[in-house]
Amino acid sequence: MRLLRIVPDDTKFDFMRFRRISFPLSALLSILAISLYFFHGLNFGIDFKGGTLIEVQSKSGPADLAKMRSTLGSLGLGEVQLQQFGAPNDVLIRIAEQPGGETAQQAAVSKVRGALGNEVDYRRVEVVGPRVSGELLSYGVVGLMLAILAILIYLWFRFEWQFALGAMIANVHDIVLTIGFMSITQIDFDLTSIAALLTILGYSLNDTVVIYDRIREMLRRYRKMPMPELLNASVNQTLSRSVITHVTVSLALLALLLFGGQAIHSFTATMMFGVVLVGTYTSVFIASPILIYLGVGTGRDALTAPDRDK
Amino acid sequence: MLYFTRWKAAAILLTAFVVCLFAVPNFLPEKMVQSWPKWAQRHVVLGLDLQGGSHILLEVDTNAVRKEKLEALRDDVRRVLRDARVGYTGLVVRGNSVEVRIREGSNFDQAVEKLRELSQPLGGILGSTTGQRSLDVTTEAGSLVRLTLTEPAITERIRQSVEQSIQIIERRVNELGTVEPLIQRQGIDRILVQVPGLQDPTRLKELLGKTAKLDFRMVDVSIPAEQALQGRLPPDSEILYSTSQPRTPYLVEKRILVSGADLTDAQPGFDQRTNEPIVSFRFNTSGARKFAQVTQENVGKPFAIILDNQVISAPVIREPILGGSGQISGSFTVESANDLAILLRAGALPAPLTIIEERTVGPGLGQDSIAKGKTSSYVGAAMVIAFMLATYGLFGLFANIAVAINVAMIFGVLSLLNATLTLPGIAGIVLTVGIAVDSNVLIYERIREEVRGGRTPINAIDAGFSRALATILDSNITTFIAAAVLFYIGTGPVRGFAVTLGIGIITTVFTAFTLTRLIVAYWVRWQRPQRVPI
Repeated sequence: MRLLRIVPDDTKFDFMRFRRISFPLSALLSILAISLYFFHGLNFGIDFKGGTLIEVQSKSGPADLAKMRSTLGSLGLGEVQLQQFGAPNDVLIRIAEQPGGETAQQAAVSKVRGALGNEVDYRRVEVVGPRVSGELLSYGVVGLMLAILAILIYLWFRFEWQFALGAMIANVHDIVLTIGFMSITQIDFDLTSIAALLTILGYSLNDTVVIYDRIREMLRRYRKMPMPELLNASVNQTLSRSVITHVTVSLALLALLLFGGQAIHSFTATMMFGVVLVGTYTSVFIASPILIYLGVGTGRDALTAPDRDK
Repeated sequence: MLYFTRWKAAAILLTAFVVCLFAVPNFLPEKMVQSWPKWAQRHVVLGLDLQGGSHILLEVDTNAVRKEKLEALRDDVRRVLRDARVGYTGLVVRGNSVEVRIREGSNFDQAVEKLRELSQPLGGILGSTTGQRSLDVTTEAGSLVRLTLTEPAITERIRQSVEQSIQIIERRVNELGTVEPLIQRQGIDRILVQVPGLQDPTRLKELLGKTAKLDFRMVDVSIPAEQALQGRLPPDSEILYSTSQPRTPYLVEKRILVSGADLTDAQPGFDQRTNEPIVSFRFNTSGARKFAQVTQENVGKPFAIILDNQVISAPVIREPILGGSGQISGSFTVESANDLAILLRAGALPAPLTIIEERTVGPGLGQDSIAKGKTSSYVGAAMVIAFMLATYGLFGLFANIAVAINVAMIFGVLSLLNATLTLPGIAGIVLTVGIAVDSNVLIYERIREEVRGGRTPINAIDAGFSRALATILDSNITTFIAAAVLFYIGTGPVRGFAVTLGIGIITTVFTAFTLTRLIVAYWVRWQRPQRVPI
């Protein structure tokens, strides 16, 4: 049987030369993503903004959005957003945070229940009060920072500091671009988005570490090889693995995206972008070439440090 | 790398087998599993997003706790000074303190000494004292005494309130007859209530949101309530409104005759004459004695039954009630009478609770989510399996076997931990399939390289494993760190994702280091391959 071989065995693509394009490109994209964040903003979900989210399913055929909108609009709850959610009889109702503290949010839910009555099935009700939403946001941000820091420290112990720094730059790059993606698509930014970001972080690093591992090995073996050549060889040698792994991960994600339903749709879409598009690109075109600038491998002839691994 | 002693191989297989076995109860009918010993019954718990239910986060009103504590302190100060026959003025609560002025300088020191006795040492763990006291007593200008509640004293009181509240909530929720409600403290002043399988949480929220403080007090008939509303409020009375619409004001005395704490039982029922829903109650001995005395003294006058500062009813005492039992009527429905009985039986909360977060998933959505989770898992797994077979042939088959065992082990560990499976958790498992395959890819690609480097097949396989495993470990630890952080900051569904991702990484490393290696080792020994088929 002839086996599938996506990357030919003797691939020798000059990834390092590409850095003259990839670095400015990434810088540009990062700036774009940051300005998107500031000028276009994220579509904060109720987890971070507070408010109410109600998913209803009409019991009799497709939901009449216009009628529902006018019914709910007359309740005096401020901004009420309605959105079809998956099937035509599913509607997602979003109500902005009500002034008047924690109990006001609950009162809003009762009003909606009263107005829609028994015509619909209440599939999901989420109410996040002002106090909790503030905490969730700071937890999320702190968690993200902590994760980056913890991984940085781990890499610092396992490799040299340049590797840790390179991985961190790659990391931040991933997160910034993904946030840009979330801003463009206006995907709900909520707790699951933080989960998605952390997973992207983990995966992208996973990838980066595999290449770094190889670079470290090459550094030990070829003490005289010029750095760009060495990095190129490392990336090329691990390329087949990178591609195959990304195919399998994207197959898994694709299944989730197509069949996982609306509830995890934004989660998988974000992951698809972060893991498959950005993560792969970053480890090959950013994380590896940046080591040249961070001074890895300079003065290797003087290097006599014993192998710590073995 | 490819050599396993016989009993090392046996240990590996046994471990994998036993862990997989723990997953079995999840796939058997519940009836069958119930007859097993407890340790074997462990199974994966479906999260609220999959089985439907309510997650409600409550916060104790710490300001109310503080206020109540300060008012109690003020009353204590009054009592102490009266008992000591010390003249005082200006007894007030100010901020976190109670202030009082002693009239005469001559007995100032004696008064301060008496007041200092109110300050108690705060107990540490196991009865040891922490050196902290409940009050700071300071004096000013030879006449002013200021008693300030210390922060530890307030925190201690809040802790107690939360603990009492949890007990009371447990009693209330259990009355709803739901399965396995979870009630636990969160942080200092919060309580998490999770009730699975609830169609409509409105009733639950009503039961949680009521303090259920029941008082019996006399109605003040010295002036009509309307007149009192216009500002001529007698000092020992206050205006309270009725629960029924329209809200009528009542002028009631502040003094509590008997409180809900003296109730021993409350049951819903029907009035024999009018057939209206009522709640009948029974007092304990001291409550019965107090109630008997009050009703004897006040025949012909109205008294008020007050729940959470609202008047339920204000009947006139027709005759002394000596038996220690009575009934409350006041435009109840069958359900509201039932709820009130539940609340009265469970007791009053020490402080009001506010709902600060609610997440409810209906059973319909839960069912849909399970179905979608299953479909996407099957499709994802099928695609990955097919791809691996196409890429690596026989070795792809080995990888697929390892991944299948890996997933079974994830379910085994989840069961062992009685962990909760959420929809993002299922996503975590699907992603683990991706990572688990990666470990095999790393090994196989390395073997390919070693073959190209000119090694003999067995040599190449051996070297491939030993070099790839270090990489696998490094790359998985980084992902594991992300999962661990996620576990700490996440709640509910997100935490479910962290759990499956984290467990998935551990089982992945285990299978890569042992099972895959074992399978390949046996194949090598059996086939003595002349070339590596990848």
